[in-house]
Amino acid sequence: MRAWVFGDDIDTDVLAPGRYMKLGVEEIARHCLEAVSPSFSRETKPGDMLVAGRNFGCGSSREQASAALKHLGIEALVAESFAGLFYRNSLNLGLPALVCKDARRIGHGDKLKIDYDKSEIIDLTRAETLSFEPIPAHLLEMVRDGGLLPHLEKRLKCRTTS
Amino acid sequence: MKQTLAQKLVARAAGRSPVTPGEIVTCKVDLAMMHDSGGPRRVKPMLERLGAKVWDPSKVVVITDHYLPAADDESRRIIHIARHWAASAGVQNFYDGQGICHVVLPERGHLRPGMFVVGGDSHSPTGGAFAAYMFGVGATEMLGVLVTGEIWLKVPHTIVMDFDGALQPGVSAKDVMLFLIGRFGMDGGQYQAVEYRGAAIRGMPMQERMTLCNMTAELGGQAGLIPSDSVTTEYLKLKNPETWESDADAPVLAHHRFDAAKLAPQVAAPHSPANSKAVDEFGDVQPTLAYIGACTGAKLEDLRMASRILKGRKAKMRLLVAPASVRDQKAAEEEGTLKILLDAGAELLPNSCGICAGYGEHVLPENMVAISSTARNFKGRMGAPSSRVYLASPYTVAASAVAGRICDPREMLH
Repeated sequence: MRAWVFGDDIDTDVLAPGRYMKLGVEEIARHCLEAVSPSFSRETKPGDMLVAGRNFGCGSSREQASAALKHLGIEALVAESFAGLFYRNSLNLGLPALVCKDARRIGHGDKLKIDYDKSEIIDLTRAETLSFEPIPAHLLEMVRDGGLLPHLEKRLKCRTTS
Repeated sequence: MKQTLAQKLVARAAGRSPVTPGEIVTCKVDLAMMHDSGGPRRVKPMLERLGAKVWDPSKVVVITDHYLPAADDESRRIIHIARHWAASAGVQNFYDGQGICHVVLPERGHLRPGMFVVGGDSHSPTGGAFAAYMFGVGATEMLGVLVTGEIWLKVPHTIVMDFDGALQPGVSAKDVMLFLIGRFGMDGGQYQAVEYRGAAIRGMPMQERMTLCNMTAELGGQAGLIPSDSVTTEYLKLKNPETWESDADAPVLAHHRFDAAKLAPQVAAPHSPANSKAVDEFGDVQPTLAYIGACTGAKLEDLRMASRILKGRKAKMRLLVAPASVRDQKAAEEEGTLKILLDAGAELLPNSCGICAGYGEHVLPENMVAISSTARNFKGRMGAPSSRVYLASPYTVAASAVAGRICDPREMLH
């Protein structure tokens, strides 16, 4: 799906501005990235992907930064690197965060497809295949379950039935 | 096998020894801290969905600091959930309106060297000042901890920041961190453990050490660590202190050495803490607001720094001071520090996160230029997206308030 391309050090205050934090994720999502891309939340479509440079998601522990992107239907995040706390939060919410050292090769609006089995991002617009660092096995299962909450739900259910 | 302090702390929590950087381990959590914003209001519905209970309420601390004072219905609702949830979950370690979590937690004796702690806030590395492995997690990850008492971790490498010698008068921990963030960038810490060492670090009082570890968040480290010593022991009033430190010659990812005496006061220009340079490059900037606040910039030690500058002087611009905790404010009052600030024209704000986190009535209006002792000057964080925030130490904020422009505090300490 379509790529939205951003630069380095995109911070959590830009993703989930503090003045909307007391409100629900719907309202936060409406202001997601507005300081750097005013039309982003309006124009993004379910299945779009967000591509960035270094240290994506730096700043706060606020999970709403990842939740807002997920709420807007962003399918996956691709970046040269992620801030560690944001990376954990995104996977915990079932939003794949893919570390791709060639993320800069992807252009704004490019059509992308992700092959999780091969750990590859296919840029259909440029007819290029870029590899990403595989998500560690113990986390991939959680992401596939839809995040930590459904994953725990499954585990607790298994425990009760066994 | 020689182990770093970070490895030793993680190994203990994982019930393993030794551990190797890069391997993934599961750690038992000694303590989990939450505040009103990322805590009860977020974890309560998830716990209910799972039908799960807190694994050990005696290991949980809840502190209200974000939505205080609760000025509107939403804020009141959030604070109410925190109060109600703490009581119903059996969490007795509940501090309501006592100040900012990272300051209140050690102040009330919850941290000790050797512990493994998670906090529901990005500035949780503050706890590393006490030789505890402490790092920030989001609300869903906190839920996982509350249900299982455990968390996974990639054993960190250690990056050593070694400051030999002594800082000049008027130069502080905040300057050290702004310098390091400017030098290495906001991802310089690579989500590894950053250990602060050297004579200049050993010479720092506990709250200055907390500022170092606190801003490890802006340096991009997972944890900031300082070996325990007599300063730690004294602050925590420990009877039988254990020493937690790296083995000599334990392998590290990088060891950076600096001469503390050469460090000038630093200022970070909008909109990144990494935009830092020596204060003398900013003499043309004329802020209209000076703010001394936040866990990183308004502890008792921070207030003392400001008072050394402000004694007998008047601020030429609006000066807001939000002491980081009730206890620190009381101590500042008793020793006369607070009076010096008020006499200089400071307005006192509540003991909460306030403007630093973009909350409350004092957030920055359109186009305001401010100088602030806080941790982050990201675009729009402290108010309107058009506002511009310069970060600096309490010394430099106070000196700038007096001068009416960004000013080197060393000029006023003579």
